[in-house]
Order: sequence, then C-alpha cells, then structure tokens
Amino acid sequence: MKKELIIAGKIFHSRLFTGTGKFSSSKLMEEALLASGSELVTVALKRVNIEKENDDILNHLSHAQFSLLPNTSGVRNAKEAIFAAQLAREALETNWLKLEIHPDPKYLLPDPIETLRAAEELVKLGFIVLPYMHADPVLCKRLEEVGVAAVMPLGSVIGSNKGIRTQDFLEIIIEQSKVPVVVDAGLGAPSHAAAAMEMGADAVLVNTAIAVSQNPVQMAIAFKMAVEAGRMAFEAKLAQPKNFAEASSPLTSFLED
Amino acid sequence: MFKEIFDTYSREEVKQSILAKTSIDVLLALQREKRTLEDFKALISPAAAPHLEQMAQLSHNLTQKRFGKTIQMYVPLYLSNECQNICTYCAFSYDNKIKRKTLSDEEILREVAVIKEMGYDHVLLVTGEANQTVGVDYLKHAIQLIKPYFSLISIEVQPLDQAEYEILLGEGLNTVLVYQETYHKENYKIHHPKGKKSNFDYRLETPDRLGQAGVHKIGLGVLIGLEDWRVDCFFTALHLDYLEKTHWQTKYSISFPRLRPIELGNAEASAMKSFAEFMTDKELVQLICAYRIFNEEVELSLSTRESEKFRNHAIKLGITSISAGSKTNPGGYAVEPQSLEQFEISDERTPKEIANMIMQQGYEVVWKDWDKVLSM
Repeated sequence: MKKELIIAGKIFHSRLFTGTGKFSSSKLMEEALLASGSELVTVALKRVNIEKENDDILNHLSHAQFSLLPNTSGVRNAKEAIFAAQLAREALETNWLKLEIHPDPKYLLPDPIETLRAAEELVKLGFIVLPYMHADPVLCKRLEEVGVAAVMPLGSVIGSNKGIRTQDFLEIIIEQSKVPVVVDAGLGAPSHAAAAMEMGADAVLVNTAIAVSQNPVQMAIAFKMAVEAGRMAFEAKLAQPKNFAEASSPLTSFLED
Repeated sequence: MFKEIFDTYSREEVKQSILAKTSIDVLLALQREKRTLEDFKALISPAAAPHLEQMAQLSHNLTQKRFGKTIQMYVPLYLSNECQNICTYCAFSYDNKIKRKTLSDEEILREVAVIKEMGYDHVLLVTGEANQTVGVDYLKHAIQLIKPYFSLISIEVQPLDQAEYEILLGEGLNTVLVYQETYHKENYKIHHPKGKKSNFDYRLETPDRLGQAGVHKIGLGVLIGLEDWRVDCFFTALHLDYLEKTHWQTKYSISFPRLRPIELGNAEASAMKSFAEFMTDKELVQLICAYRIFNEEVELSLSTRESEKFRNHAIKLGITSISAGSKTNPGGYAVEPQSLEQFEISDERTPKEIANMIMQQGYEVVWKDWDKVLSM
C-alpha cells in the first residue's frame, strides 16, 4: 500500500514537484508538467505579470492537477522576501511559498541566515513555507523549529544536473527531520531522482532536466516513473549493500553448540 | 578596486600570450570543467579558429543548461543626445553639429506608449553626458515617471558616484550598463579627447562603485573597432572575474558592440563615417562562444547593430538577451522619428518579427524576468 505524502494537511499523490522555467514555450511546459503527474508547480514571481489578467504562464497552469507554489527567486534578503511573499499571496491566492533567498546570482546558493529569518516571520504571517536550503542538518532543524511545512535541501548546485552530491548530509536530514524532505536542485537524470527517493526523501523537485531536454514530455514521464520506482523501493525496504559474506559465523557459532 | 589589478598587467604581454596559444591549449580549455583566464585567452586566440564548431556546440549546451530555451527582450529608450564629451566614434559627440534634444515628461510618456505597444517590459534608458540638463536629478525624475510602466529599468548613461547610484537604485533602477569602450589606457585619450569621459580611471572604477552601491546587475563591454578586440576582451573577462569575486551579490552581463557607421552633421551634405573592419562575423561568433565557455552564468546581450542573418543564428550560440525595433535617437519612437541616430541600426525588424524568429527556433521569448516588488 503506497503511502501518500502530506504537507501542511494537503495530500499529494505525486512526489514529483516541478519548476516552470527554462521551457521553450508555455505550451510545452504545460504538456510536460501534465505528463509528469506533478501536483505542485513552482512559479517565479518575477516571471508572471500579476497586474495582468491573462498571464501566459499562469494560463497554462490553470489545471485542477496543479497547485501553485510561488517562489521568491530574485530577492537578496529576508526583508525583500517577506515583501514579495505577501504580494505573491495576494496575487496568486495561495499562502504556499517556496522561500528562495539567494543573494549570489552566479550559483544561486541559498543564504542560510536570511532564509531562517524570513521563514520565522513568514510562518507567523500565516504562510506555508517550503524553504530552499543547503543540505545542512542543523539548519533543517532550526527551520523545522520555526514552523516550516517542509524543507527543500539541495542535491547539488541548481541547474547543474550533477545529481546528489550532498548525500551524507541529506541522509542525516532525512533521518532527523520531522517535516517532509524535498530534494531540490541538481537532479539531472531520472536515476538521480530515483536515488533520492530510495534514500527516503519524501519528494523531489525537478526543473532544468525536464525543461532543457530534447523531449520534455517524454523526460517528464521518465522522471515520474523514476520517482515512483524510487519510492516503491524505499517503502519495500531496500536490501542494504554488504561488503562481507554472511554464510558462516566463525566467531559466534560456538554459542549454538 | 579593479585598477590595482589592472595596473599590474602589460597590454603587450597579454597580446603576445594570446597569440602564443596553440591548438592544444584550445582543446585543453574545451575539456576542462571550469575555465581560467588563461583558457579564455586560448579560446579567443587565432588558434581557436579551427575549433569554432566545437566551441559553438559547447556554448549552445552550456547556455541552455543555465538559461533554458529562452531569450529575453529589452529595448533602448534614448532620452537625450546632449553631450559634453568628444568621442571620435559617436554621432552624439560634442563636436558633431547636430540638433540637440532632451525629452520632456510628456515626450517621454509618448515614447513609452509606443514601446509598451511593442510588448516591452524591460527598458534601457540612454543619454549622453550633460550634467546641466541630464544629470542625476533628470534621471531620477525619468525613472519615477516611467516606473509604473516597466518591470525592469536599466540605464546606460555617464558614470556616476556611488551616492548618485544609490539615489537611482532607491527609485527602482535595477541594471547599469557602463562599457569601458577600450582598456587601452593610452589610446583611450585619443578616442575620448575632451569631456569628463576622458578620465580613464574614473570609468574603470565605475563597476566597483556600482557594486558598492548594491546594484542588481552591471553590464560590461568594449566597443569593438577601437583597438585590438582580443586584448580588450581579455581585460573585460579579467574585469568580470574580479567583479564576480568582489561584488558577489551582483549579476553581470556582457555586450560586444561592433562599431557601426555614424552620420556626421558637420559636412555640407550629410556625410558618413565608417570604421575599418576590425572583427569578422566568424571572430564575433568565436568571442560569444569564448565568453560563454569561460563563464557559464554571465548574460550575453546582442543589439540591433548586427545584421538579420547574424542575429538569427546568434540565438543558439550563447546569447541570452536581445533588443529589437530599437531607435537610437531621442524621440525616435514617436516624437521625432526622423532625427539623427546615434548609430545606424542594421536589423530593422519589428519586435514582433524578432519574437517570431526566436520562437521558430524553439525558444521562448521572455518579456518579463523581474518584478518591482522584488527590490522594494
């Protein structure tokens, strides 16, 4: 029996979350995301026109399948993030928020200090906060304590397609976290996503690998299958790799004599 | 400050070291995961010419990985052609006897209406350097005036002091383009004999002042056609490398404007001034790819100075933003369409035509990639 993912009381049947950037057209984005089965799609506030009625990106996302997860990409500190979040909530009519504070525009690495500050404030303001963060187990606990709904540690540098380079720290986060863990950033192949799920991640977020592929719809389906396979394997209790044979017990067999 | 690093370099040594690069150096540069400034030298060297297709494919892939299948659109809005500087390559040069014009509020809004009709949401304000009429107060007022209509405002004006930039940033300015024109310090004086612009060091340190002021994005570049492009572009890369490490919260873009013919107002009949062919199309492709392979994150911008054919093909080579339908004369969109332009446009297609061309190549046209609320 497959377990469902629940974040802030909302049930997700798909553990594949998706981004909406980098696609060659909004139409193709829509097709790929529908095919992915994804139920939570993140949208950069900076890309949508919240003053306009018929925003092209939002139009293509208006399906019952999708819940929007506005993100604050572009802000450099907690103050800007909180301001942007409030506008996003009003304009997109959701209190869900992917909190992204990356003052470094080159590698888009999250600022742990500003992220924690903003998360604390935004939770108080009634937001359901999913922070993008380093694979830092202590930061994860601190964010959990201020009331975030899930944590989104990075697998590797965003957009790098390098897969899971933070494995040791992700394992600790997954072990210790009381809120869902969504591995975000760097997953470049379905096998990377499957590996994250096998480790016990509750979900993954994928964008570049699908959007930039030669065939985004097919790649979306491949990720969907990989996430499902990885999760099934995790729930079925993966056999642990062993470095030794267990055929006999020369040291303890005397106990059975 | 960058000047301290810049002053340790000898232009001649840089030139010789670029020319000494071999095919092996180029191949090694292509194989590395991250490239150094020495690799960049190899990529812009004559030795890289036989590897152009390989460079182009790498540049294409790296660009898509970072920026996706998207191209951003921006448009210049010339506010004034008044200028106290003499620049030997510019139609707005102080000594060029042309009609001078600075747009009034009402005129700016008429221009804005046309630009908005074209679909633009990112605008680049351009002026000459005339502190009496188009100083910081004028710019501040212009930003306040047009702010309601655009998500992202950039400027390309005279270099300012840090405190002046802070004032404009406070009004919602996002990006500042300030090209060094040339890093050839001695010859800079020949190209810029008079006016505040003739101060090479003040210009050189402008990106530092911008970084200290906390600007979101800085546009770098040199005018290609003034001096040896390879050496000038190496110094641009050196400048970028320094700035990324020093002002790490700022984003960077690079342009590579090739000088275009300008119209001279001095002659009895109007006369044209042309520039020697300093750089071939093939070399420009090499440069675009070299910048991308050297720095995967930098934005690369291409203006309407380049031809239709070149721009069509450049979309896939590593470019991330493009202008279209540009007018380089103040009032050029609505107020005085016939007045003298700063330089001749080469690609005269409308923004809609350019957008269609981009879409046909499998790219999304991005009109909006910023929101005012992000910097409030």
